[in-house]
Amino acid sequence: MLTETRSTEFLKVEGLGKTYPGGKEPVFDGVNFGIAQGEFVCIIGHSGCGKTTILNVLAGLESASTGHVFMDKREVAGPSLDRGVVFQGHALMPWLSVRRNIAFAVRSKWPDWGRAQVEEHVQKYVALVGLSSASDKKPSELSGGMKQRVGIARAFAIQPRMLLLDEPFGALDALTRGTIQDELLRICAETHQTVFMITHDVDEAILLADRILLMSNGPQARVAEIVKNTMPRGRTRATLHHDPQYYRIRNHLVDFLVARSAELSHGRAPAEPVEVSPGLDAVTGPGTAAEMSSGESPHAKVVPLRSVA
Amino acid sequence: MNATLNTQGFKAGMLSALLLLLILGVWHIATTGPATPAAAPAVTMTAEQIEYAKLMGKDPTAGAAPAAAKSGFPTLSQMGAVIVKHASEPFYDNGPNDKGVGLQLGYSLGRVALGFGLAALVAIPLGFVIGMSPLIYRALDPFIQVLKPISPLAWMPLALYTIKDSNISGVFVIFICSIWPMLINTAFGVAGVRREWLNVARTLEVPPLRKAFEVILPAAAPTILTGMRISMGIAWLVIVAAEMLVGGTGIGYFVWNEWNNLSLPNVIFAILVIGVVGMLLDLMFARLQRAVTYVD
Repeated sequence: MLTETRSTEFLKVEGLGKTYPGGKEPVFDGVNFGIAQGEFVCIIGHSGCGKTTILNVLAGLESASTGHVFMDKREVAGPSLDRGVVFQGHALMPWLSVRRNIAFAVRSKWPDWGRAQVEEHVQKYVALVGLSSASDKKPSELSGGMKQRVGIARAFAIQPRMLLLDEPFGALDALTRGTIQDELLRICAETHQTVFMITHDVDEAILLADRILLMSNGPQARVAEIVKNTMPRGRTRATLHHDPQYYRIRNHLVDFLVARSAELSHGRAPAEPVEVSPGLDAVTGPGTAAEMSSGESPHAKVVPLRSVA
Repeated sequence: MNATLNTQGFKAGMLSALLLLLILGVWHIATTGPATPAAAPAVTMTAEQIEYAKLMGKDPTAGAAPAAAKSGFPTLSQMGAVIVKHASEPFYDNGPNDKGVGLQLGYSLGRVALGFGLAALVAIPLGFVIGMSPLIYRALDPFIQVLKPISPLAWMPLALYTIKDSNISGVFVIFICSIWPMLINTAFGVAGVRREWLNVARTLEVPPLRKAFEVILPAAAPTILTGMRISMGIAWLVIVAAEMLVGGTGIGYFVWNEWNNLSLPNVIFAILVIGVVGMLLDLMFARLQRAVTYVD
């Protein structure tokens, strides 16, 4: 599995670093990771470690101080319709209706489409997120969850080769978040979408991601570790927490965020992140394996944290 | 909620009507008081004295109509007659000094429209550039800061000297006074367009012109319209003064001409018309403003 994903690397991030003007130390440096086609990857880390900056660099909205990003062996040098972005604060145009917000994106991707063709395409994606009845409403008339659905529909509507999500559900209540997570999972499964997503929510990461990138704290933050989600795809919110593997992964993530991420700041994290499979780590890297298996029973106590940071 | 709003609107309307009645009442009492003995000396005047008094604009023999003679201020009925006269024939043209008030108003509105339109054509694109480029903003800022507080009428001599046409000079004065609020508000609105909307446009590879018209313009439209509304208010204030100065045509000239004729009813009528037209212009821009305002 591991070698297979490596060989089909679709997105490649090499030695990425960012120093803001006037800053003494880079916020992050030596960030390396790759994403395979069709893979769902989440990145978790404390605030200020540069997750959003990394996402913006992938989107082409910001440029890195060092390092390169390649998508499909081509260097990312600016924004592109190949990469759809769902912004943290939905970023819908408040003067346009739901339908016209999505049509704005569709016309950008296919400028020579006729009115009817655009309309048909828009309807399809409005229906995909279950908003057909609200398609003529303005964003201000929608709830937070519905706005974020429109943001997702807009990003999917241009059929990007890669989807970038910047903490899309951060501002939503737990119930709404759950429903939209399920929807996102369903749509991604249908479209085989490659996704890179920032989250602060450990449970969300375990539910959605195939692999979870753990970032150490800044300055000089890095992707310190890559956690493989050992639970197979087809995960659902209803059954997730019945799998003992869930707690192993969850504890590993929380341990990292609470204890280890701070120790690994100032570039003490390895530049080439280790890939670990919590609970099944006898076969993976030596250091982490020993660390993980020490004193952890299959039914380890759940750390009562919903989300960290 | 709705009911209380309705009753409050009703009450306010009643109060307004009451106030109007009060003002009209005071007017009526003030202009139709008991005849003053000022007219009495007419009996003792010689024919020459009466002739002299007539030349000075006083008619001692008109003692029979003391109300008009008393102060020269029109009574309500005189005012009503003037309003009816102007309203029944607003567009007559009996030569340079005797035109219908509608015609004069047309001249004024035409000048304002032309000056304001030209100002919008310059200010809005320039405001876009200034709003998008901090460099140009800082370079032009000292000029704007110095030119903005100049009274538009101060430009008049310079305009008359260079343009040598009083009509175009009037338009120029409207242009120069309308440009600043529009320019500053456009720049402010454009500079304040949310970064995330621009980022959406960038990730969708929207070309610059489409971005300007479909993202920045609607986003900044409420602020731009506010600037236009302020400009229109100033332009309507300035046109009256400018036309008094250059003369010839227009509602401002009408006021000045009727003052020279000592026709106070006409002056008062013109003042009312200026007020009503100014209000209608403001209402028009308020409507436009409401049409482009979005709830965020």
